[in-house]
Amino acid sequence: MLTHDIVVVGGGPAGMAAAVAAYDAGVKDVVILDRDDALGGILRQCIHNGFGLHKLGRELTGPEYADVYRAEVEKRGIKTYCETTVTGLSHDRVVTAQCREGLLKIQAKAVILAMGCRERSRGALNIPGTRPAGVYSAGTAQKLMNCDGYHVGRRVVILGSGDIGLIMARRMSLEGAHVEAVCELMPYSGGLARNIVQCLEDYGIPLYLSTTVAEIHGRKRVEGVSIARVDEKRRIIEATRRYIPCDTLLLSCGLIPENELTRNAGISIDPITGGALVDENRETDVPGIFACGNVLQVHDLVDYVSEEAEIAGCAAAARVQKGDAGAAFVSTTPGNGVRYVLPQRVHTEGSEDVSLYLRVTQPFGKVRFTVSAGETVLATAVRLKAAPGEMEKITVKSEKLHGVTEPIKVSLEVMA
Amino acid sequence: MSHQKQKRQGFDYCKEVKSMYDVLIVGAGVVGGMLARQLSRYRLSVCLLEKGHDVALGASKANSGIVHGGYDPEPGTLKAKLNAEGVQKMYDTARELNVPCINNGSFVCAFGTKEEEETIRALYARGLENGIEGLSIISGDEARRREPELSKDVSLVLDVPNAGIVCPYELTIAAVGNAMDNGVELKLNCHVNSIKREDGIFTVTSEEGDVIQGRFLVNCAGCFSHQIARMAGDDSFTIIPRIGEYMLLDKNEGKRVSHTIFQVPTKEGKGILVTPTVDGNLLTGPNAAIAEFLENTKTTPEGLDIVGRLAAKSVPSINFRQVITSFAGIRSSEKNGDFIIRPANSVEGMLHVAAIDSPGLTASVAIADYAIDRLREMGLATVEDPTFNGHRADPHAFRKMSDEEKDAYIKEHPEFGRIICRCETVSEGEILQAIHSNPPARDVDGVKRRTRSGMGRCQGGFCLPYVMKLLKREHGVAMETITKKGKESKYVTGKM
Repeated sequence: MLTHDIVVVGGGPAGMAAAVAAYDAGVKDVVILDRDDALGGILRQCIHNGFGLHKLGRELTGPEYADVYRAEVEKRGIKTYCETTVTGLSHDRVVTAQCREGLLKIQAKAVILAMGCRERSRGALNIPGTRPAGVYSAGTAQKLMNCDGYHVGRRVVILGSGDIGLIMARRMSLEGAHVEAVCELMPYSGGLARNIVQCLEDYGIPLYLSTTVAEIHGRKRVEGVSIARVDEKRRIIEATRRYIPCDTLLLSCGLIPENELTRNAGISIDPITGGALVDENRETDVPGIFACGNVLQVHDLVDYVSEEAEIAGCAAAARVQKGDAGAAFVSTTPGNGVRYVLPQRVHTEGSEDVSLYLRVTQPFGKVRFTVSAGETVLATAVRLKAAPGEMEKITVKSEKLHGVTEPIKVSLEVMA
Repeated sequence: MSHQKQKRQGFDYCKEVKSMYDVLIVGAGVVGGMLARQLSRYRLSVCLLEKGHDVALGASKANSGIVHGGYDPEPGTLKAKLNAEGVQKMYDTARELNVPCINNGSFVCAFGTKEEEETIRALYARGLENGIEGLSIISGDEARRREPELSKDVSLVLDVPNAGIVCPYELTIAAVGNAMDNGVELKLNCHVNSIKREDGIFTVTSEEGDVIQGRFLVNCAGCFSHQIARMAGDDSFTIIPRIGEYMLLDKNEGKRVSHTIFQVPTKEGKGILVTPTVDGNLLTGPNAAIAEFLENTKTTPEGLDIVGRLAAKSVPSINFRQVITSFAGIRSSEKNGDFIIRPANSVEGMLHVAAIDSPGLTASVAIADYAIDRLREMGLATVEDPTFNGHRADPHAFRKMSDEEKDAYIKEHPEFGRIICRCETVSEGEILQAIHSNPPARDVDGVKRRTRSGMGRCQGGFCLPYVMKLLKREHGVAMETITKKGKESKYVTGKM
């Protein structure tokens, strides 16, 4: 059995930033395990720009953003095991991983989970019809194009207006494919506003809201799809069904945090985020196991992933150096108009301000968020608009938390 | 006939077949495959012709994967006889071929009506008449004691302890692979378009331009068996294709039940079942409808809706948000409702093994043995081949190893250390094995059915490009030629 102070599972943006932060906080024996052949995770296939504006103050492509962090990892001599897939994680922090050298068993003092997420598949969406080639999750198509250099199709329909789908609409247009339509089941897009403009409107690609793919046609390769509008209960309105010939259907219908290892370790999962239940240090309910990045909650921007990973990295280092962080907790709960709040529990006697991250349930205009514990208001924040596709962050001063014993609720009210 | 294992590489290995055989089998589903495997026990040259790009592409690919107890077929029919004989043969053969097969038992449930409870008693009596052992009728409460997630509405249950589950495509792949290991030739992409018989010799041609000759011809062409019969001049039966839709759920749901849960059968079929699979998923389905055309295997919203509602009738706690894929399978039925296993009308030397719908999978070994008896009656000489080896190496040996065994194995075979499919933990080594053992995987679905790569919860989202690259490298072909399931089912449309 090998031993390391901190084992980071996953070498994408979250894993790299967490490892660097832990190292800088004084724990030098940090290792990163990644299943791919190099660090970078999903950023390696995101060759578009828009990364790093918040965190690094400059606009980079995905591979460039990853390179910034990879250089930091290398500079510190942090050991990295690539083509190494973690297959097991125990409650007492024994990590099992498989690689060409054999089966590794590592006893860690702290583990940081940074496995990212996967895309919702056609099967999970249960789209009726035939099962031909040419139905891709958007990220798979993106990898085949951007990492391997192949066209995946010429005439495309995209289901789901998540950011990857929007980015791929532009990407395929640039490569000469014709994107017939982007269909979105909901009455609003789940993607960033800037991506709707830069990836669809700039290319004249129609976005059909409250519309879904009702059937896939074609036996060998996709020959077309039937699309149809849906009513407010998301049922297909048959009269609106129409056929669009195409050879490719891309699916960008949501991301699912990859928490199989987490579950197997006995860590509690939040059914809304699909990620672990954590405190403000991103520590799960199994002591010494932390989680950050998209495996914890799906982020809009990689910048916020790095930020969250640094919280987890520093906290994991503190855990190795000092032990337990103290036991006075209160839980957080989503109130009116709020879908979830992360972290799901907060230490009340800490010395640092605590940022709460949340998503709203539907698009709103001007709103005021109120963070309260019973009758006590801990923080408020006003936003000119709020949408499910854009994560909100509200910071509560540490002194406001002292002595709080009731659950912390975040709710919103619509302002005139 | 040569018993040396031929080295087969690349996509063209099948072009090397010789042109004259003792027995030609048309159709490499579970019936044709099992027949080929049972014939390879004898000193015979056998060629298995398949129009698809792989084996097990028809009914054998997508069905319930059940070893049926044998209480259902009408006494006196071939179905009753071969189901009864077939159960133990299936368990034995699955063990020899290292195919996942579990004797988990089944429950047939009545839901409180007098009529359904009468049916349970009638099935019990029919089971006794068919010679099925171990059957008993138990109360709903007793059934719920053994199967706690069962609906409270279940009032009476036929307990069928000999029933089981098996992976139908792995069984077919293993049967064909074992047949090939014992000298049978497999010819894929061979879509038979004419059959002539002259001087006791069949000459079969294909759309692809093959000409193959044989002394005996066995029609195992599933939904297309009436077309094959007509080519030879026999129009004595017509296949009615039926379609059944299924939903497969994540392994998180795989322990809802341990038995296969049936509802009382209807005229259309054995009803919607809920069953664990040999791989630990939960399977629900099938509905049953007449297919509009022979290759119609599309799913419909109505069909999936029925499957969901009726499965929940048996096991209300199923979480259908955990569905990882849905699919439809085809069945070849015939109006008389029984298997057709008999010589062709007015075509000497030709045997039909047709209309093999449920319980065809269960009975497949018994069907093969019964077919060989008919071939003997038709004049086929069967001399046992002492070199026959009925054992097939376990393709899943690696995944069954302990951590220590895996560690030692990877040190000798590093390709088993690199995981390609994370959801199902499939290594490069296992995929290479699938590409290089009989019958070789030639497309992405072929790799999937042999290794489970891409069959997990992400449905190939991550592993697809890696599997494509392994197929490209091992077969020495361009990425643009890699297909999902042969012919025009290409993934990438060109190099950028």
